[in-house]
Amino acid sequence: MERVPVLKIGDILLVSIQIDMEDQVTLQLQEDLADRIVATGCHGVIIDISALDIVDSFVGRTLATIASISRVLDAETVVVGMRPAVAITLVELGLSLPGIRTALNVDLGMELLAAGRAENGETEADDTDEPAVTTP
Amino acid sequence: MALSSDRSGRFADLLKGHEDAVVASWTDEVAASLRGRLSRAELHRQTSELQKGFQGAFAAGAQNLTDDAAAELRAQLSELSSMRARQGFTATETAISVYALKDAVLRVVDEGAGADAAALREYVAFSTFVDRAGLFTVDSYARAREELIADQAEQLLELSTPVVKLWEGVVAVPLVGTLDSARAQVVMERLLETLVETGSPYAIIDITGVPAVDTQVAQHILKTVVAARLMGADCIISGIRPQIAQTIVALGIEFGDIATKASLADALRHVLRQTGDKVAQKTPRREG
Repeated sequence: MERVPVLKIGDILLVSIQIDMEDQVTLQLQEDLADRIVATGCHGVIIDISALDIVDSFVGRTLATIASISRVLDAETVVVGMRPAVAITLVELGLSLPGIRTALNVDLGMELLAAGRAENGETEADDTDEPAVTTP
Repeated sequence: MALSSDRSGRFADLLKGHEDAVVASWTDEVAASLRGRLSRAELHRQTSELQKGFQGAFAAGAQNLTDDAAAELRAQLSELSSMRARQGFTATETAISVYALKDAVLRVVDEGAGADAAALREYVAFSTFVDRAGLFTVDSYARAREELIADQAEQLLELSTPVVKLWEGVVAVPLVGTLDSARAQVVMERLLETLVETGSPYAIIDITGVPAVDTQVAQHILKTVVAARLMGADCIISGIRPQIAQTIVALGIEFGDIATKASLADALRHVLRQTGDKVAQKTPRREG
C-alpha cells in the first residue's frame, strides 16, 4: 500500500501529499502523523497539497480531521500550495474547508506557524484574528 | 438563372479574347470607387487575378458559383474580402470590386457584337453569375469582420485585467470596465495564478473603474476573495465610490468580514499595518 511520508524539519512536520487520497491512505496518514507528533513533540504541521489536482469534500473533511487531531496534540496545522484551479472549483461547489488554515506556499506556512507560536507564547491562546480550528 | 455549359464556354472565350481591355476597364471602375486608397498597380494585379479566376471557372464549365469548377474562384473571392475587411474597407466597396466586372464586360460587348437580343440575354445570365459572386464576397466579408471582432474582444479581455505588484507581498488588480462572468473568470484566474507565482499573501481588488456594481458583480468579486482565502491569501476590496456604496447597501449585498476601503491608498496602508506588525515581531528575533 502507498504511504504518505511525514518529514521532520526543525520544529515542524511536513506532509507532502502526492497520491490520490483513498480511505486506507488517509487512515494510515492520520495514524502516522499522530504517532510522529507525539514522538517528536513538534508544534506545527504543514500539509502540502500542490500536487493535488482535485480536492473534493472528502479530501476537505480529511484535512479538517487531521487539523483537529493535531490540535488535540498541541500542534497547529497549515495547508499550503492549493492550486488556483482547485480553489476556483471549491468556490464554485460552495465548499469552504472550515477549520483549515491555509498559506500560499511552504515558506509562508512556516512563517504563519512561527507567528502563531510567538503570539501564543506572549499572550495565552489569543486567536481573535485567525479562524481557529474548532476542536470537537 | 444558371448558365448553360456552352454559354459559360463562350464567356470564357470572351474574357480571354478581351483580357487586357476587361482588366483595364475593371481596374478603372474599382479605382474610382476606392478613391486611391489602394495603389493602381496593386488593384491591377488583383483584378487580373480575379479575371483569370472567372475565366478559369467558365472554361471549366461552371454554371453556378456553387459548382466544383468554381471552387478556385470562390477561394479567390474570400481571400479578397477578408483582405479588404482587415484593411478597413466597407462591405459596399468590397462588393463593387466584383460588380465592376459587369460594367467592364458590358463595355466590351457594346464595342463588339452590337446590342442584339441574344447578346443581351447572354449578358443578363452572365450578370446574374457576377451578382452571386458579389453576394458571396459580402458574406465572406461579414465573416472575416466577425472573426476580427472576436479576436479583438479576446485581446481586450487579456489587456484589461493586469495584475500589478504594489509592494513586497502585495499585488493589486485595478478593474476597469463592466465586469461580466467571462471577465470575472479571467480576473479570478489571473489573480490566483499571480498569487502563487509571486507568493504574495495579500491582494487588493480595486473597483474604481467599475461603472456599476450589481448583485452579480458582487458575487464574482466575493467568489474571487473566497478562492484567494482558500489558498491562504487575504483580499481587500478598494475604490468603492459613494454611489456604489449606496447601491451595495440598497441591494443588501453582504461583504462579511472582507475588508473594504474607499481608496487604494487606504487598502495599501491597511495591508502594510498588518504586515508591519509581522515585520516588527520578526526582525528583532532574526537579529538576536
